[in-house]
Amino acid sequence: MKIVVCAKFIPDPNLALVVDPDKKRVVRDPSQSILDPGDEFGIEAALQLAEKHGGEVVAVSMGPESADAGIRRAMAMGVERAILITDQSLEGSDALTTAEVLSSVIASEAPDIVVTATESTDAYTGMVPGAMAAMLDMPQLTFVRSIEVDGQTVTAQRDYENGYQTVRAALPVLITVTASVAEPRYPSFKGMMQAKKKPIDTRDLGAVGIDAGSAGEAGAREKVLDLSKVQIEKQTRVVEDDGTGDSVDEIVAYLKHAQAI
Amino acid sequence: MPERRVWIWTEIGADGVHPLSLELLTPASAMGTAEAVVFSPNGSGSTSVLGDNGASVVHLCEDQVFADYVVEPHVATLVELISSEQPDLILFPSTFPARDVMARLAGTLRVGVIANASAVEYDGDQLVASVGYGADFESRVTLASGPPHLVQVRRKAYTAEASGGSAEVREVPAVSASNGYRVQVVETVQETSEGINLEDASVIVSGGRGLGQPENFRLVEDLAKELNAAVGASRAIVDAGWVPYSYQVGQTGKTVKPSVYVAAGISGAIQHIAGMGNSQHVIAINSDPEAPIFELADLGVVGDALTILPKLTERVRSER
Repeated sequence: MKIVVCAKFIPDPNLALVVDPDKKRVVRDPSQSILDPGDEFGIEAALQLAEKHGGEVVAVSMGPESADAGIRRAMAMGVERAILITDQSLEGSDALTTAEVLSSVIASEAPDIVVTATESTDAYTGMVPGAMAAMLDMPQLTFVRSIEVDGQTVTAQRDYENGYQTVRAALPVLITVTASVAEPRYPSFKGMMQAKKKPIDTRDLGAVGIDAGSAGEAGAREKVLDLSKVQIEKQTRVVEDDGTGDSVDEIVAYLKHAQAI
Repeated sequence: MPERRVWIWTEIGADGVHPLSLELLTPASAMGTAEAVVFSPNGSGSTSVLGDNGASVVHLCEDQVFADYVVEPHVATLVELISSEQPDLILFPSTFPARDVMARLAGTLRVGVIANASAVEYDGDQLVASVGYGADFESRVTLASGPPHLVQVRRKAYTAEASGGSAEVREVPAVSASNGYRVQVVETVQETSEGINLEDASVIVSGGRGLGQPENFRLVEDLAKELNAAVGASRAIVDAGWVPYSYQVGQTGKTVKPSVYVAAGISGAIQHIAGMGNSQHVIAINSDPEAPIFELADLGVVGDALTILPKLTERVRSER
């Protein structure tokens, strides 16, 4: 069984967003970027399937050259090899271009299963997986919290608004997972050492078969007109809890002020 | 120039039209002729409420293929309908199924999308949507592809407005996919949460990853009980399986506007802020002084939620 996982290198979501007002987009500083934590759940689920049924897990990523740091993390977890699509003209790509680039590379791998996060932790559109499923002509199982494979059939539980559903499809299939699908393993020292030697196949747009003019900011169908800082009128009163109980007094006083008590 | 045709993707649940679909008729009517697309075996019962809220046309398909929610039949039928009717814009609500349909539709038609819009309008001929990034930034975006333009609108960005109108119903044939429908729904299980409804609550206490362990979530529930508050959660702990999805506040969960929102052990990721940023009063408890949640808190307490919550619950109990 061959499983492709999508891996995105994103600005650390625990740090404040930095925006370039001229380029009208988020600044992506490689030294403050990490493998999207949401992707680790899909990687773990894929590794568990490959361990159980045999097979290979391949990571596919689109990003700057520095994104190899994110890929090495996936490899330290157990991913065997990776394809990184990196090209200057991809900068500023929208969700649709991202889906076109990733699905083009994924199609060349002819996987049985494609696993992605439900949405990236930086842009949150959640549009790339579904668009890829259409481009790959695969059925899509979304918001999945458990996956079982039996022969050529996948059975999954998926979250929906009022509960969950059990759904079934034949391979090949694209699956988007939530974080309850599996607890990501922490890479071992051995895994980290092995990751350094694993192959990353770096491709430019030409190798993917997509014209540079139709990619990146030039080809983006979603255009940013302007990006501005929202004025927050709130004055935050910050207190340090020193264990004396004073902070509890503050909270109770505020709850009274807001008429919650 | 003929009037702009704005469609809304209409989800039908056990109680009729999903409220998030109904809200979309308000901006749709403001931008042109509002038309609802309803693919559901129970769709005909909803045409009057759609008309009353501004739809002038309902494109209705009641085929049994739509009895279970599976994305491919919806997209196949929608693609045919778009091809024959040529709408200018399709608005989608922020629900799981609508997101699936919109994403697959975009990949099929190869048109651009705007997700998570907090406002949408036309400036002359140009579509303009507002999309927020966390609490700090907002962008205005447009689409260079289409028609159709595909825009997903955030929860509660608009309010449904009854106008007393009625809609013309046009029957739509279901389209069968060339390769059949490949996903089968085996079972659907309802999971209901107990207690006060999050969306109606005037006070909400929410917990996040900072609580450390699933069993510590009861500290949030204990405080909520004393405050007569609803209980919420961040995506991180819902995804991790601590609490059901129905607790989730955020972009892919519920949007709430309570009088008081207490966030315990929640860092304030963009995802979460999108769902609670309009709360009137925000109290945040977090051990990380740099947590983004403090930026929109009125009162921020830097400290350990695990030690503060029990003391706070005790004090609130004694105050009542």
